[in-house]
Amino acid sequence: MMTAANIPLLVAVPLAGAFLCALLARKSHPIADTLGTLTVAVVLALSIVAVFSPAASHAVGGWPAPMGILLVMDGLAAFMLVTVSVVAFLVMIYALSYMNAYTGRWQFHTLFLLMLAGMNGVVITGDLFNLFVFLEVASIASYALVAFGTGKHELEAAFKYAIMGSLGSLLLLLGIAFLYGYTGTLNMAHMARMLGELGQAPITVTALVLLLSGFALKAAIVPFHSWLPDAHPSAPAPISAMLSGVLIKSLGVYTIARLVFNVFGITPELSNLLLVLGAISMGVGVILALRQWDMKRLLAYHSVSQVGYIILGLGLGTPLGILGGLFHLFNHSIFKSLLFLNSGALEQATGTRNLKEMGGLSKRMPTTSWTTLSASMSISGVPPFSGFWSKLIIVMACVEQGQWFYASWAILVSILTLASFLKVTKFAFLGRLRKRFEHVREVPVAMRFGMAVLALLCILGGLMLVPAAKEMLLDPAVRVLDHGVITLGEVVNL
Amino acid sequence: MIHAWLPYVLCALLFSVGVYAVLSKKNLIKIIMGIIIAEYAVNLFLILLCWRKDGEAPILHPGAVGQVMVDPLPQALVLTSIVIGLATTAFLVAIAMRLHDRYGTYDITRIRELRG
Repeated sequence: MMTAANIPLLVAVPLAGAFLCALLARKSHPIADTLGTLTVAVVLALSIVAVFSPAASHAVGGWPAPMGILLVMDGLAAFMLVTVSVVAFLVMIYALSYMNAYTGRWQFHTLFLLMLAGMNGVVITGDLFNLFVFLEVASIASYALVAFGTGKHELEAAFKYAIMGSLGSLLLLLGIAFLYGYTGTLNMAHMARMLGELGQAPITVTALVLLLSGFALKAAIVPFHSWLPDAHPSAPAPISAMLSGVLIKSLGVYTIARLVFNVFGITPELSNLLLVLGAISMGVGVILALRQWDMKRLLAYHSVSQVGYIILGLGLGTPLGILGGLFHLFNHSIFKSLLFLNSGALEQATGTRNLKEMGGLSKRMPTTSWTTLSASMSISGVPPFSGFWSKLIIVMACVEQGQWFYASWAILVSILTLASFLKVTKFAFLGRLRKRFEHVREVPVAMRFGMAVLALLCILGGLMLVPAAKEMLLDPAVRVLDHGVITLGEVVNL
Repeated sequence: MIHAWLPYVLCALLFSVGVYAVLSKKNLIKIIMGIIIAEYAVNLFLILLCWRKDGEAPILHPGAVGQVMVDPLPQALVLTSIVIGLATTAFLVAIAMRLHDRYGTYDITRIRELRG
């Protein structure tokens, strides 16, 4: 069982793994691989246990809340943890083989585990400044991972990403300072109560704007998206999968949801703001993606677009909308990380990311071919793949609220997404095989395994809506957000 | 007698200077300095928040009963924030040096192969 005392393990285990990797595994690839995989497996096991355990909270160092830092494990946190660790585990297995092309194995594992620790910390903390600290841990690890190849492009992308990321973090810190000045507390639940008692003021609006801009920068919502199409494609494929799959969600989308629903409380104005931001992201992302020929860049623009769907669903603020948003968050983590892994497999096998130079690869690379196809169908919302169900729920939620414009917009963007992925499939896998690719071989077993499991999750993802599974994972998460502002008493007595 | 809000205005000005440098400068090192300036403005803001008129250091001692004390929490936050800033700055400078190795320049208008 996941007891209150076990909650810190979710941060402590990957953190310990990271330091052990740096201490023990400098000389030896096998030790680094074993340590990395074992640590991620333990985190995955802990997260799965967390789903089956009742909500709990842990006061760090025995200091009671609101003075001390509170770690909170509720339905939403458990849902995010499972999403993050499932993707992290499969990506790690893929990376065992993929990263053979790079040197510095122990650095990779150390940074990977640090990033994981940061993301887990962001998800389970109940304290706003603590959230900032974990967010910085994850961000700095991800800047370094983007620069991992240390080529011209990697460094340029990493610098741009690090500057934008630092500016975002500064806005966040400023917003947190404003809120602390106004409410005199950093505990999120306590802050929610104080905000309710003190009421709206210009200073809360300022703080909200600062915090939303900061988190939107981390989530790459238009107009804060310009770093993403450079940073995500430049990283090694497993890292692109982690960044696009889970990092922007746990650092950006999750934090926005937590802040808007549980601290400030959703209002019609906030709801409208999120709807507009989401709709713009969806449109701009997909239109920019349509004209890309670099496969990873195309995928990165689709991340901007799909995060728009999640924000749109959450912005509706109804239980159905939240369900759609969170379900799409899960599905997007799965299929987008799979697509980045596919692009990595293609790049490793053919030596190019340019779709125009590929062609006819389905015969030479059958596993990569069918996994890419299932992920593409899922992201485009073709039934019965997982993406179809989450988009269907979002559209239904829009219709339920009478938001016909957003409903039709969601369908239109989905059609454009399909067009874009038909291009990928046609140019990469169909058509005539080029002469220089006649001896291309399918990627090694470890990479195929990671891709195949993710593809199965894409195909079977719809089963998460079966009542038994839904009550386990999605419903508790939706309830946390739908419940609105939480009070400290509720959190402490979880 | 300085106005109570004057430090806040100066702090906001410092932040603007930092952001301006990040947005308008063409030299990698100057951009990094912009980040540092903006970061210190935020740290200064946190310290200003905990200031109390006639407040003394927040240490509990027999004579301290009934005394006004400054708020100790933001001071702890600033320490953390400075450490985080150190890590970010060190990373940025390392990347800038590597970029200089590859491109032979610190000028961002000549370091732009990624676009589209």
